Amino acid sequence: MLLIPCPYCGEREETEFHHGGEAHIERPQDPDALSDAEWANYIFMRTNPKGLFHERWVHAAGCRRWFNMARNTATNAIIGTYKIGEKPPKGAR
Amino acid sequence: MVKPFLRQSPLAHLHLEARRPLGDGLPEAGIHVAERPHRSQIAVRGQATDPAFLQGIEKALGISLPTEACTASGKPGDLQVLWMGPDEWLVVGGPDNAALIISKLTTALVDLQVALVDVSESRTVIELSGKQARVVLDKGCSIDLHPRSFGPGQVVNTLLGRGHVLLHQTDHEPASGSSAYDIYVHRSYAEYLWSWIEDAAREYGLAMRS
Repeated sequence: MLLIPCPYCGEREETEFHHGGEAHIERPQDPDALSDAEWANYIFMRTNPKGLFHERWVHAAGCRRWFNMARNTATNAIIGTYKIGEKPPKGAR
Repeated sequence: MVKPFLRQSPLAHLHLEARRPLGDGLPEAGIHVAERPHRSQIAVRGQATDPAFLQGIEKALGISLPTEACTASGKPGDLQVLWMGPDEWLVVGGPDNAALIISKLTTALVDLQVALVDVSESRTVIELSGKQARVVLDKGCSIDLHPRSFGPGQVVNTLLGRGHVLLHQTDHEPASGSSAYDIYVHRSYAEYLWSWIEDAAREYGLAMRS
């Protein structure tokens, strides 16, 4: 069980949250200009690193806000959480 | 809005009124429990950083908006505002007050970008109090409810017995160790939560409150 520090509510149990996949994936500025392969890459392809990973979470049973989290996928250590639109905390870039 | 003569508490079929003991019930019971149905509840969304929004709420309701996370303002049993999220609050009042509260808020917030939704019938309220109230909640809630970290006026959206609740501590008496909580539960979960509470409170004795 992870203890996740929600940027709005503070530390809560993992069961209150839902995972939302990789963070910081930008929608292409001009989707029409993309090839099928590039579009598929945007839609489906995600990195799967061992180590530092930036991901989205939602505090589903709490304040219901989305936020980002930097987590080490090998040790499950949470390096930090930060609000949508903010830069990752130091040590998590 | 549901017409008052048509609406029904989600716990109506349990006939809780028939279970009420005579007089004050069991004085030794560790848990006192009651349903407080049909509370007016209005979901308010707006920008806490906008002074006009804060002033408008205060003017309309006579109480300030709780901008600190997981807190409530107002008096329990009277008009209250509960923090739901960084831009979301729940205004709670007595039964049949929703239309009046909404019209007051609409007048005060007329030029602002806000959302006001009457969600009165979405949840019912189970009032839990007594010396063992905190211990019973501890059985199914991951929030640290010890007085050192949680007290009257604090409110959290969380899970209780795996169901989603809005938990608001309304009172605490340090001398007796007795606490009181309002548990707002979505109506489809109300019966489940009620039986969960009855089961969790069995060992301490459960008395119905009128």
